[in-house]
Parts: sequence; structure tokens; C-alpha cells
Amino acid sequence: MDLSAINPVLLIASLMVAATPLLLAAIGELVVERAGVLNLGVEGMMIIGAIAGFAISVETTSPMLGLLAAMVAGAVLSLLFAFLTQFALANQVASGLALTLFGLGLSALMGQSYVGVKPPAMAKLDIPVLSDIPVLGPILFSHDPVLYIGIALTGAVFWFLKKSRGGLILRAVGESHDAAHALGYNVIRVRILAIMFGGACAGLGGAYISLIRVPQWTEGMTAGIGWIALALVVFASWKPWRVLLGAYLFGGINVLQLNLQAAGIAIPVEYLAMSPYLITILVLVIMSADKSGAPASLGRTFHASQ
Amino acid sequence: MKLTKLLTSAAVALGLATTAMADTTKVGFVYVGPVGDGGWTYEHDKGRQAVEAAFGDKVETTFVESVPEGADAERVITQMALQGADLIFTTSFGYMDPTINVAKKFPKVKFEHATGYKQADNVSVYSARFYEGRAVQGHIAGHMTKTNKIGYIASFPIPEVIRGINSAYIHAQKVNPDVEFSVIWAYTWFDPAKEADAAKALIEQGADVILQHTDSTAPQAAAQAAGNVITFGQASDMGEYAPFPRVSSIIDDWAPYYVARTQAVMDGTWESVSTWDGIGAGMVGIGEISDAVPADVKASALALKESLADGSYHAFTGPLNKQDGSAWLAEGETAADYGDNGLAGLNFYVEGITAEIPN
Repeated sequence: MDLSAINPVLLIASLMVAATPLLLAAIGELVVERAGVLNLGVEGMMIIGAIAGFAISVETTSPMLGLLAAMVAGAVLSLLFAFLTQFALANQVASGLALTLFGLGLSALMGQSYVGVKPPAMAKLDIPVLSDIPVLGPILFSHDPVLYIGIALTGAVFWFLKKSRGGLILRAVGESHDAAHALGYNVIRVRILAIMFGGACAGLGGAYISLIRVPQWTEGMTAGIGWIALALVVFASWKPWRVLLGAYLFGGINVLQLNLQAAGIAIPVEYLAMSPYLITILVLVIMSADKSGAPASLGRTFHASQ
Repeated sequence: MKLTKLLTSAAVALGLATTAMADTTKVGFVYVGPVGDGGWTYEHDKGRQAVEAAFGDKVETTFVESVPEGADAERVITQMALQGADLIFTTSFGYMDPTINVAKKFPKVKFEHATGYKQADNVSVYSARFYEGRAVQGHIAGHMTKTNKIGYIASFPIPEVIRGINSAYIHAQKVNPDVEFSVIWAYTWFDPAKEADAAKALIEQGADVILQHTDSTAPQAAAQAAGNVITFGQASDMGEYAPFPRVSSIIDDWAPYYVARTQAVMDGTWESVSTWDGIGAGMVGIGEISDAVPADVKASALALKESLADGSYHAFTGPLNKQDGSAWLAEGETAADYGDNGLAGLNFYVEGITAEIPN
């Protein structure tokens, strides 16, 4: 029971790392859902991103190229979902589930020769003077670049949805695709772009796990983070900053509970193990008491003739 | 006329095909993780491949991977039995009740459940004395630690895992009385990201030896990133992290058992048994101790391994007290496998471990 063994600075620094894949996947899914599409294939796109990013960075020895490849791979896989749901008008729930199963299987196949291989290390963004500041330095200024991309992306998505014309169109498509169509917007095109963005974000999140957080390739290594991202979007009432808060809460409490266990604190482990889920849901549910609901067209199929 | 002839020959051919099929023995495997986990399931699948290699065309093996423990497992095992499996290996503790339930419905199918304790007329149980390997790990860990803090990533609070923690602690403490254990319960057999986080949390709190009872190699990678932390391969050699951070390993070798049991089904001599083998019988192997370990420690570790193998030493030899200070084993007494305070149902820590076991 030695709480002094927990170093709060290292704790905060590692909770940011733990939260990043979740944040990336959730922010992508948020945009998809704001466009009125429910893509349950996040887990599948993440794992494809994880193996594609891993494979490319091992082959080229460049982590950056790997991350790029992961985004491309996630987006390409999401195109399959886009084709099924936007052109073939298939059921979105079924297509999304199929995408997850397909992604898990395909990644296991692609990854067979990469088990046990070590990826090239991603350089941390050690900003010379800033990262030497006590306390703030390790927390704010000595991470890998992707972590900052995650935060920047949240801000960018917030700005895009709230302030830009493109965001207004995307939200219109998500709220009422018939009205958006009547106004002359190309609903299908907007949705496909949103789906691809979601795929790229999920792919990047997956590659973050396989290249930076773990870093190695193992089958099924995303282990359900895609599903947590999906739930997070709902509990965050489709708002970007709440997704960020939720991801950091979840990642943070997860890391904290492991640290508390290691320090031997006298709280039963069962409560510690369930705490990330409980606290994240509780906080976000309380925050969403302002009745901000789901996009009105979420999950509905659109066809111009109907 | 022609059509009838065709149909008849087709029927005959089909009949021949079925009789040919009946000669092959179908063996099914249910895995808790993916075959590429590099640990527990990977070794079971090597056992499956050994069965195929040993019997060739006479055997047909199937497997289902990443099957959740609980109700889903029952569905998968039932499916295997319905598809005509003669022998089914269920390879995780959490498949115990599902295996027993399905076995009741298929009395002619033989079942083998790993690491459990519920037997039936058509259900055998088998396990390995991993704790013997843990003794060797604890011995090396006690010698190697500089901070005297050893981190242990545990999966679920079941006897198999608790035996491992106790055995490692006893033998670490024997060579280094100041040693302390920090245990993290991950509540998963396989979740690389969580295992990596757990390893990092232990390392940040000063542990310089990480022992794991989870199945992925993620803690090895975390230790490697830290640079001054040693680890041990779990279930499989995990040799890709040798010689440092991985300094040794426990290797499960299921192949001889799987081949023997399949042979017994073919010969019609299969009986429900309870098998619990250790280093001596070769079911538990100790992976090569790397050069990162000083020569004298390596020699004493190998001597310990030998004494465990030939039975001259038992990993749980008294005097040992339970965590609450009450007596468990008297001087020279060794732990029994079954009964009260037996190893099979072990549910307490030994004296000296400060953590608590979750219920």
C-alpha cells in the first residue's frame, strides 16, 4: 500500500498514450455518424490498420510510412463498407459487423509472417528546451507525434463541424438526407468521404497500438478497443471534445487502476477492473443530460428515388 | 437407364467415401486465443500439428480459435461434437463447465479438458505443473533483481495462477529475503495493449523483473523498451526477445500427450484419467537460460531444475506458512495435490506476499 510509488507525472504521460488509439478511432467514427452512417466495422478497420502499418514500417523501416499505409488501408477497407451500404443499399449494422469479422480474419492472414518481428522505433518528439521543464515537460512535450495528431484532429473536427460550410453540409446529410438531397447536395458522396475519413482514423488508431503502444504484431491485438470507441461516440453525444474527455478518462482510469494494483492498494481488484467502464459511462451520461440526441438519419439507408 | 446407373454408382461411391471417412479419427481443439499469440495457444496448436504429423491421413484435426470462456464455448464444443469429432481438447480453465455440460449430451465423444479439476466418464483432465517452472523463474528473479521489486502480471485468480505466484515468490525469497512482489490482475488471458500497460505500470513503480501469466509477448516488448528489466517467456519460449530482456522461459509441451491420447482413441483404449505432469515427464520445459544471467546463478537454477525433474525436491516444501501466518506445511512436509490446502484448489498466498487475492 505504497501510494508514493506511483509517479503522477509518468502516470499522466502513460495515460495519454493509452487513450490515443481510442481517441483516434472514436473521432473518426463520430464524423461518420454525424453524416448519418453507422459503421460497426471500427474494430475491423483498426486491426487492418495495425497490421498494414506494422508490415509497411517493417519493410521500409520507416514508421511514418507505416502510419500512412495504415490510414490508406483503413480507408480502403471502409470503401468496401461504403460500397455495400451506399450503392448496394445493404443493411448498415450487418455490413459493419461483416467488416469487423472480415478485418480480423484478413489481418490474421496478412500478419502470419510478422509474428515476433520487431518494428522500427518511432522517434519521440523531444522538443529540446520544453521537454526538460519539470512536470510539464514529460506530460506535454515528450510524446510521439501521433499523440499530438490525435488532439489536433479533435480540434479540427470540432472546427469543421461547427464552423465550416463543409461541416454544415455533413451535418445536414446526417440530420435529414432527404432535405439535403432536395437542396442539391450529393448525399452519397458526402457519406463516402465521411466513411473513408472514419476508416483512415481507425487505421491510424490500430497502427498506434501495433507500432507505438505495444509495439509488436499479435493476432487480434486491438482486443475490443474498436467497440469501446463505438460506445464512446454515443456516450459523448456525438461531440468531439466529449470524445476526447471520454477517451482520456477511460485510458486514464485504466492506467490508474493498474498502478493502484501494482502499489497494492486495499480496494478489491474487481472494482478497480470495472472502474474505467463505470466512471466513463457515468461522467458522460451526466454530461449528456442536455438532451443532445443522435443524428436523425443515423443508420437509415438513402436512395435518391425514395 | 443411364441416369439410374449413374445414380447407383454415385451412391456406391458415396458409401465408399463414408466408410473411408469413418476410418479417420476426428480430433477437435478449442483455443482461448489466436494460434498466433506466441504463447499459450501457439503451443497447443503445435501439439495439434504434432498429432497431424504423427498420424497423417488417419487423423483429421479441426480447431476454433479465440473462443470466449463461458456460454459461447458450449456452443462451439457442441458444434464440434455434432460434426463428428471423436476426441475434443478444450484448452482453457474457463471451458471446464461447458465441457462437462456438452460431454453429458455426447457420451460417445471423448473430451479432454486442460487445467481444470472436473472429471467425468468421458472427460479427462490434464495439466502441467507450471509451478515447477515458476520455481526456477523465481530463483533467477531473486538473484537478478537490483530494486528487490518483482512485478507479476496475473490473469485470473484461479489455483493455477496462484500456485505460480506462490512458487515464484518462495524461491525468489529463498535467495533474496528482501524481495517484494507486486501483482496486477489483468482479468484477461490475452490483451496485448492491456498487458503492455500493466508491464509499464509495474516498471514505472520500480520493478526490474516482470513475470507474466498472460499469453502475449507484449510485456516482453515493454521490458525491452525500458532497457533494464528482465522477463521470462510464458507458455512458449518467446525466444525472439532473448537474450535480453527474456532470460529464460517456461515452455508447455503438449505434443506427446496429444499424440498418446489420440492413439488411445484409435486403439479403443481411451479411459478418463487425470494427468498432471511436470518437468520430469517433459510437459514443462525450461527455455535456455541466456548469457544475461551470471554463470553461477545459471548453474544453481539448472541444479534446481534437475532436482525438480528427478523428484528429489518438491517446489512446495515446508516449513511454509499461509499469508495470515497460520501453518500450512511443517518442516520437510510437501504439499499434497488434492484435499484441503492441496495444490489443485490452492486459493491462498504464502506468508510474505503483501497483496490480496481477489475473490
